[in-house]
Amino acid sequence: MYHYDEFDRSFVQERVAEFRAQVARRLDGSLTEDEFKPLRLMNGLYLQLHAYMLRIAIPYGTLSSIQMRQLAMIGDRWDKGYGHFTTRQNIQFNWPKLADVPDMLQALADVDMHAIQTSGNCIRNVTADHFAGVAADEVEDPRPTAELMRQWSSLHPEFSFLPRKFKIAITGAQHDRAAIKAHDIGIRILRHPQSGETGYEISVGGGLGRTPMIGKTIRDFLPKADLLPYLEALMRVYNAEGRRDNKYKARVKILVHEIGIEPMRAAVEAEFTATNRDAVAPDSAEIGRIEQAFMPPAYERLPDESAFLARHSAANAEFAQWVAVNTFGHKQPGYSAVTVSLKPIGGAPGDATSDQMRALADAADAFSFSELRVTHHQNIVLPNVKKDDLFELWQRLAAHELATANIGLISDIIACPGMDYCSLATARSIPIAQAIAQRFASPERQRTIGELGIKISGCINACGHHHVGNIGILGLEKSGAESYQITLGGDATETAAIGERLGPGVGADDIPDTLERIVDIYLAERSPDERFIDTYRRVGIDRFRGAIHALDS
Amino acid sequence: MPLIHENKFVPDHWQRLADDQPVPADGKIIIPLQRLDEARQVRGSALGSIGIHLANIARIDDVIPLLPNLPLISIAFPAFSDGRGFSLAKRLRRLGFKGTLRAHGPLIADQYPHALACGFDEIDISESHALRHREAHWRAATGSISLGYQRGYVRSGTILDRRAASRRA
Ligand code: HEM
Ligand code: SF4
Repeated sequence: MYHYDEFDRSFVQERVAEFRAQVARRLDGSLTEDEFKPLRLMNGLYLQLHAYMLRIAIPYGTLSSIQMRQLAMIGDRWDKGYGHFTTRQNIQFNWPKLADVPDMLQALADVDMHAIQTSGNCIRNVTADHFAGVAADEVEDPRPTAELMRQWSSLHPEFSFLPRKFKIAITGAQHDRAAIKAHDIGIRILRHPQSGETGYEISVGGGLGRTPMIGKTIRDFLPKADLLPYLEALMRVYNAEGRRDNKYKARVKILVHEIGIEPMRAAVEAEFTATNRDAVAPDSAEIGRIEQAFMPPAYERLPDESAFLARHSAANAEFAQWVAVNTFGHKQPGYSAVTVSLKPIGGAPGDATSDQMRALADAADAFSFSELRVTHHQNIVLPNVKKDDLFELWQRLAAHELATANIGLISDIIACPGMDYCSLATARSIPIAQAIAQRFASPERQRTIGELGIKISGCINACGHHHVGNIGILGLEKSGAESYQITLGGDATETAAIGERLGPGVGADDIPDTLERIVDIYLAERSPDERFIDTYRRVGIDRFRGAIHALDS
Repeated sequence: MPLIHENKFVPDHWQRLADDQPVPADGKIIIPLQRLDEARQVRGSALGSIGIHLANIARIDDVIPLLPNLPLISIAFPAFSDGRGFSLAKRLRRLGFKGTLRAHGPLIADQYPHALACGFDEIDISESHALRHREAHWRAATGSISLGYQRGYVRSGTILDRRAASRRA
């Protein structure tokens, strides 16, 4: 993985010192609260319901065991012994004190981390496929491009005061695991059909929030060397033309929607043509330097099948199920990518205690070349585990309550913090996730149901991605009571779709029963091997309408 | 009005004409683009001591013919959080504008490096704003981050260029 050089390091150190001075100027009155707000947001500091919240960037979801241990230390020292991994591959601490924040940032800088641009109206932490570099279906590793964009977007002189936040995601694989179409800019690495050269397909104008939209392709093929000049052109068009009169209409998706994708494309191409590309683009040696950092680790040459794994799978059904559900096909024979679930039945999705973080760091050191990933499903990946080591890893994880076998299944729920932490919430989301997971706790039943993603948001801002959940749940408030709106058919992958509303809102207590009825209809209708989303697409929403029993009122 | 130029508060030699103030026969004045014809009637066609003030949504085509001869352009920042002026400045410089580029509005000291990098020369803030954003803050802001990443902006060196230089060394 990428390691900071002296320049990255002094950049981040200076940024900490700058923030320390900004906090001091806020305290002595030189900065008003209004002036300080974007500055603190650009350093990841939110004001929440009960306290400040610090959101730390895990760029493109990749971190080392050393960094994970430092997060554990931060959780112990300045929080309540845990952290919350988010859908944007970040980690949030929910209880820091303002005066401690500069020290927390310093502790991050000490291990080459930061909280830069995890919030605010700027280019946010770039996210990527969590199986980058190891997925069998990959055209090219997206991490070098993601790192290049991390650097380019950091403290951008022109694009730090945008109309609204701006999120970029990238994948290098056929199957989109990075939800790129739900981002302001989505980037897919592909091969040029004629030349075979790799380049980028760029989409723009995706986004969730109160007006969900799927991104549209603005460039079919961008040569790799043109990436930064092209992004600069696109950002300039957005910075100049994006609406600023209404914050709910300020995202680039609204601009694209209002002017249309063709005029948007023309404006960006005109700006791109006028840009002096040589003055903007990095030289090829710089690209090479970054690529070098993502060379594969020193894999052993192994047969793809592991006799050891086969023996233990045969002897231990629970282990075999975990392997079947939580491991993923690896490029390298004899290796697996393992997803560690942060969704134990009854837990808060994405929460990990400091002890668990240390256990994960230890496991990464022992079994995965000291590297970890955070997924936008709020789980952790150990990307490079020998199949021979899976049994020992599983035992160790089980000792820390990290061996839940539910990746991609109905209890692998994404949920935003909701009413428990968030000042904008209109309803609870974590307790809803817990109730659903408890209802479907049986591992056999979960496997029978198969792949099914539930996503829950506690208000219309859609932090829990409910629009693109196979089953989406949006918590609203209706005459003083929580009312949950259910959508079906959402999809965050390469077949991206926004879910359709199933019917009137459902009360909190009725959610598990409602889901049960939806699942029963699916199981009654499905053809063999059909996933929920496929059945839904085939039979349509009307078949599911009966699942809703309206709130009495 | 305090003017920040080369890290210092300096006297402003330009007069920003109020809407109801007639164009004086001489002296350096800043006027909105709409008053240019009126100014030329008073002063003739030369632009030597006329600066133009632009809204940050100004149509750039309207000013292109003037760029070679204008000594000063002022760009409005209605709020410090409105970053449109940065992109307008960048476009004007790309079109070859060589005169003084001035940001006008409640920018905060932390934005000084952004403004300079996008091609501004100076910042024009109000007296009351200057009480909180003091000269020392503007000076400190230019030194807070010694090198940035992005190439193609006005500043002495970038991290990418320094890396390239050390590869050549
Ligand atoms: C607890 C404090 C939080 C606050 C105040 C907050 C606020 C918001 C707001 C206002 C929006 C809507 C933005 C828009 O429509 O333009 C939003 C969207 C979003 N937030 Fe949060 N959020 C919080 C926590 C989180 C967490 C914990 C996550 C990840 C688990 C998250 C991930 C997202 C995502 C992915 C979106 C959707 C982005 C899009 O519209 O494309 N947020 N958030
Ligand atoms: S969706 Fe709403 S309730 Fe949930 S975290 Fe975002 S803003 Fe808060």
